[in-house]
Amino acid sequence: MNRLAVELPGLSLKNPIMPASGCFGFGREYARFYDLSVLGAMMIKATTKEPRFGNPTPRVAETPGGMLNAIGLQNPGLDKVLEEELPWLEQFDVPIIANIAGSTVEEYVEVAEAISKAPNVHALELNISCPNVKKGGITFGTVPDVAAELTRLVKEVSAVPVYVKLSPNVTDIVAMAKAIEQAGADGLTMINTLVGMRIDVKTGRPVLANGTGGLSGPAVKPIAIRMIYEVSQAVSIPIIGMGGVQTAEDVLEFFYAGASAVAVGTANFVDPFVCPTIINDLPALLDDLGIGHISECIGRSWKTSAHAVHCRA
Amino acid sequence: MIGRERMTVASQRLIAERTYELTLSGRLVQEMRQPGQFVHVKVAASADPLLRRPLSLCHIDHKQGQCTIIYRQEGKGTALLAQKQPGDTVDVLGPLGNGFPLEAAPAGSRALLVGGGIGVPPLYELAKQLTKRGVKVVSVLGFQTKAAVFYEEEFAAFGETHVATDDGSHGTAGRVTDVIEARSLEFDVLYACGPKSMLRALAERFPNRPVYVSLEERMGCGVGACFACVCHVPGSETAYKKVCSDGPVFRAGEVVL
Repeated sequence: MNRLAVELPGLSLKNPIMPASGCFGFGREYARFYDLSVLGAMMIKATTKEPRFGNPTPRVAETPGGMLNAIGLQNPGLDKVLEEELPWLEQFDVPIIANIAGSTVEEYVEVAEAISKAPNVHALELNISCPNVKKGGITFGTVPDVAAELTRLVKEVSAVPVYVKLSPNVTDIVAMAKAIEQAGADGLTMINTLVGMRIDVKTGRPVLANGTGGLSGPAVKPIAIRMIYEVSQAVSIPIIGMGGVQTAEDVLEFFYAGASAVAVGTANFVDPFVCPTIINDLPALLDDLGIGHISECIGRSWKTSAHAVHCRA
Repeated sequence: MIGRERMTVASQRLIAERTYELTLSGRLVQEMRQPGQFVHVKVAASADPLLRRPLSLCHIDHKQGQCTIIYRQEGKGTALLAQKQPGDTVDVLGPLGNGFPLEAAPAGSRALLVGGGIGVPPLYELAKQLTKRGVKVVSVLGFQTKAAVFYEEEFAAFGETHVATDDGSHGTAGRVTDVIEARSLEFDVLYACGPKSMLRALAERFPNRPVYVSLEERMGCGVGACFACVCHVPGSETAYKKVCSDGPVFRAGEVVL
């Protein structure tokens, strides 16, 4: 029995660990460190119809326990991803979750239709939560009706299940999740980065050329856990959790909160080997805790704890 | 091959104002080849500071199995690094990036090495390797003030060396370009590392000459995955190069400075 295998819409995963979109490029860099086939899945960098350069530099800044980024969805564009990146990834036994973004509804739909037909793309991740672009991104992810309509239109054209990546930069993430579920999403991925800012004490100016950026890393983990804990009780579609995951213990914490798989983001930058390390560490951790199969852990925090109800206030 | 290793601090000393020379031992040294390559160092096991620090290689010693890095204490990460004592270990990823092209300077040719401040260190290994190949090396090193000057004698061991300081407290008063002009320094190939304004000035002064520049940019991953350290390519709004994996050394004109 493979104790780490999980089944999600469109995804039969040998383990629930995958690099998060935007933190792994299209895999080429990390393929120099290890065989990407060890991964449960891969969420590739956001793809837009046309190539995008993104925002001016500096695009990253550090903050205790985290980092701010304002890359701005830089990517080579749909055609190059279809012609070069996805075929290159076919050498690995790893299902791809293609993250798609756009400036308009039409662009999202066009990219979704085309990329979902690629043979190794098993699911889409709808990026309606990038905080670093003026057009598209988060503008689609903060109003439930808009997010729901976009989800519905993408679902209509997609050849594979559609996961929607939720932004934490909203007042009521449960309302957003429910609207997206009702619109037909097959799953949710959460959370994207939190909008943050740093100001240089010497110059008095923002550190990032873009002004604001998305905060990620261990600093955001408690927020991700809380949001997954709330949303997983309110919806019946699965959640791929992310936000500050660095260790096998973190992975279990996300499962307990209600996630069914976990993506690793910023930690790849700190340690290129973090994903295989977590995958290797998980079985021993399950042994220590007397857990037979990792899927037993999904939502355990609210399924078994009488205390859970009080935590939701 | 890029590797990751907990390297051991062999020595650390203050060599100029807030400037440290750190020597590390480990098998990873055998992978280090090109001057201008860098390592990505995690200064603390904790999440604060979270990211690695890109630090260029100043000296590679395969025989001793040691490499030397020179860095300036600027923030929290470098302050923690400055506290490391002999015997301590640091988590090193590398060697990363593409260094200075040695083949651009054939034996018998004349190379002009121009460094600015904390951009000086990678030129030391370059001077060493060029000299070994029979290239005549002339160095021009720029610093803000006398207290910041380091490695003047070390560079002088390889050939003619000039120092410029912004405030005139040591060497020629002014910029590295003033020295090149005043001394009418000739060269077949120019290698430079330092502030972007200095690199731009050099590229503009010698538009049709072989000029190689090493860029510095804020990095996330250091390996090309995060797209934090991109720069534009002339004549295109979408074409780009990544400083960490396509660079950090580029031929002037290859990227927008």
